[in-house]
Amino acid sequence: MPARVQREDFDLGAELAAIRAGRSDIGALVSFTGLVRDTGGLETLELEHYPGMTEKALAAIEAEARSRWPLQACLIIHRYGRLSPGAQIMMVATASAHRGAAFAAAEFLMDYLKSRAPFWKKEAGAAGARWVAACADDEAALDRWGITGS
Amino acid sequence: MRLRVRYFAWLRERVGAPEETVETEAATVAALVEELRARDEGHALAFADLRAVRVALDEELSDLDAALAGVREVAFFPPMTGG
Repeated sequence: MPARVQREDFDLGAELAAIRAGRSDIGALVSFTGLVRDTGGLETLELEHYPGMTEKALAAIEAEARSRWPLQACLIIHRYGRLSPGAQIMMVATASAHRGAAFAAAEFLMDYLKSRAPFWKKEAGAAGARWVAACADDEAALDRWGITGS
Repeated sequence: MRLRVRYFAWLRERVGAPEETVETEAATVAALVEELRARDEGHALAFADLRAVRVALDEELSDLDAALAGVREVAFFPPMTGG
């Protein structure tokens, strides 16, 4: 299942239902949803990306997850454009026979894509606009998966 | 060689354009950066702190020491903040 990069919102329930549809071999289905969080005065979150590279990077991240864990399904959806507080930004879903692999793979996908997929966030509010800085913890999070930081 | 150079996020804002075509003989990304930062104030500001700049060559994450031979597209951007 290819990663999707889209302006439109997504329906988490429908995506999970589609993963389960017509099969009974999945024992664990894990999902994560990233939301636009308002820490005070946020009006919009603008997500910029690098069309072409984004799709390649997400496909590589998904392939890496599939090579590390026995996954029956692996889905990444990431939005771009202008989003409002509370809106869904992105989701990952992983399905496996047992929960261990599904949880680990979902966390791996998140850690990996946060600092390896070419997205940038700009917050705008009453106080003006600013680009969100990358978090040192995000880079450090890759270390535990044996991926060296850039 | 002729390169398509692209900028994203605050690098795009500082340079003042999303992309430009550059004629260069630079052997490495670092050498290209030196040429670009000499262009004008906006470029100089964009490349003022290279620790905050990431680079992709033909849509693959790379680094400043990388060679440019055979490369068609170079993209500069800040550390990524997806998710």
